[in-house]
Amino acid sequence: MTDSPRPPLPSGLVAFVKRDCPTCELVVPVLERLAGDAALTIYCQDDPSFPQGAGAVDDTTLERSWHHGIETVPTLLAVDEGIERARTEGWDREEWERLSGLSELGAELPAFRPGCGSLSVDPEHALDLAVRFGADKMKSRRVEFAAQEDEVEAAFERGWTDGLPVVPPTERRVLAMLQGTRRKPDEVVAVVPPDLVECTVEKVAINAVMAGCRPEYLPVVLAAVEAACTDQFNMHGLLATTMPAGPVIIVNGPIRRAIGMNSGRNVFGQGNRANSTIGRALQLVVRNVGGGRPGEVDRATFGNPGKVSFCFAEDEEGSPWGPLSADLGAEPGVSTVTLFPGEGPRIIVDQLSRDPESLARSYAANLRTLIHPKLVLAFDCVLAIGPEHARVFREAGWSKAQIIDRLHELLLIPREELVQGAGGITEGIPPEVSAPALPKFRPGGILLVYCGGDAGLFSTMIGGWVTGDTGSQTTLREIRP
Amino acid sequence: MSVSKQATAGPYVVLDPTGERSLPIRERLARPSTLEGLDLALLDISKARGDVFLDRLETLFAERGARVKRYSKPTFTKPAPPDVRRQIAEECAAVVEALAD
Repeated sequence: MTDSPRPPLPSGLVAFVKRDCPTCELVVPVLERLAGDAALTIYCQDDPSFPQGAGAVDDTTLERSWHHGIETVPTLLAVDEGIERARTEGWDREEWERLSGLSELGAELPAFRPGCGSLSVDPEHALDLAVRFGADKMKSRRVEFAAQEDEVEAAFERGWTDGLPVVPPTERRVLAMLQGTRRKPDEVVAVVPPDLVECTVEKVAINAVMAGCRPEYLPVVLAAVEAACTDQFNMHGLLATTMPAGPVIIVNGPIRRAIGMNSGRNVFGQGNRANSTIGRALQLVVRNVGGGRPGEVDRATFGNPGKVSFCFAEDEEGSPWGPLSADLGAEPGVSTVTLFPGEGPRIIVDQLSRDPESLARSYAANLRTLIHPKLVLAFDCVLAIGPEHARVFREAGWSKAQIIDRLHELLLIPREELVQGAGGITEGIPPEVSAPALPKFRPGGILLVYCGGDAGLFSTMIGGWVTGDTGSQTTLREIRP
Repeated sequence: MSVSKQATAGPYVVLDPTGERSLPIRERLARPSTLEGLDLALLDISKARGDVFLDRLETLFAERGARVKRYSKPTFTKPAPPDVRRQIAEECAAVVEALAD
């Protein structure tokens, strides 16, 4: 794509019109008077013979209209040495008189008449025009595929995919993606490990296109990239570890509904575009921008299927409690991503407990097995409580804090069960640890979310990996438009 | 008013999704410095009279010391099968592919 510099406008009055606009027809006598009494240049968007005999400049390519941000016709501009000094849209006698310095303009016309939409902002053409005139705003290197190359296969051959096909990031698609945010394409979002490359909004948009995102998902992807590439979340360590964990993205706030995320049935499964592609976009950014590839810096022994994409929304509307984001300090009504370093989800089946104490004990028994039943304190967890289990707590009046407190109590495990050799298992805590009991999780290490389908007396647990300064800590980030 | 779709025609161009730390175009391998002792493949694409051209090349290469091996594609209408490409890559240091008509 060649550069398309903004074409200058001539000094004096400049009018943008189209024949297919009743207001433009209406102001023809005014334009004739302006042409006689002032320096006037007319650009016509659809027919340079309009207005008849006015010598309008042909702007049927819409280049000038696009570059000068014309949204309505007629638009009248006052230009001085190439610099726009004033503009008015539609027919507004006072404004036209002010811009022209003439009086009694269009005395026979009504004082005001709104204009019509400019062709340059017609949804049918807007993206074509953006590609034609605005593609040079995107600074990424252009890669030309050979005529014989299939564009999907070509992405595989260049190592740009996670093993699934990607949507080819054409200029048109990336420009459309960039419409999803108000942030500038060249704004640096994060420094992405492991190569520590500065990643712009544009690079994130490219990878979001490839992942299959819609433009309205881009703010979520941007926030996820920001959160992942913090010291707190430590994406480098999470990538490089032999442990199976990867970034798990939990979305809270109004954007969940606005972009149609799934927080209900099959919440961790396939079938929802936003859930499936947002997490994938983050992983593609890490792979392509950061250079983090399996078998290279990614040293996972097993990995897990969620490393393709693991992103879901909390069912805030159905929840008896406040959202996870509020527990982590977010204001109500703010959309956020929470990044958790998680392994694959594991089901907790309890179809018989009808009192909260019994259900809490079920949870504790299952949570104890995360990583290893004899290992404690190193890892956090997410406990995703499903609707039918949550009903048990709600009917008993248990708050979220009550559930978490009870779980911590139940998961205070006697030393003799944990020590190396106990139960005939060599793995365990070192014998020199003298505390009579140790907690499975650190304070704040159990995160509760509410999600899942409305049938099934189940909950799900997601184990983490090393937390604290040497590992990855749960990271909240506001989603900005 | 018509807006041309030319922006999407022509060569297939995408934006580089990477950190742009490596070259987008693969470098060609260096040319062999000598033919002496070189295992050299001649690939016949199975187009008429290509063999005449390749026979002559074989003679000329052999005079210059190359060890020439002959391969052929089943049909000129399709790319060489992966097995043929792999065999050439394993057995030879260079390949000459002849187009003739």
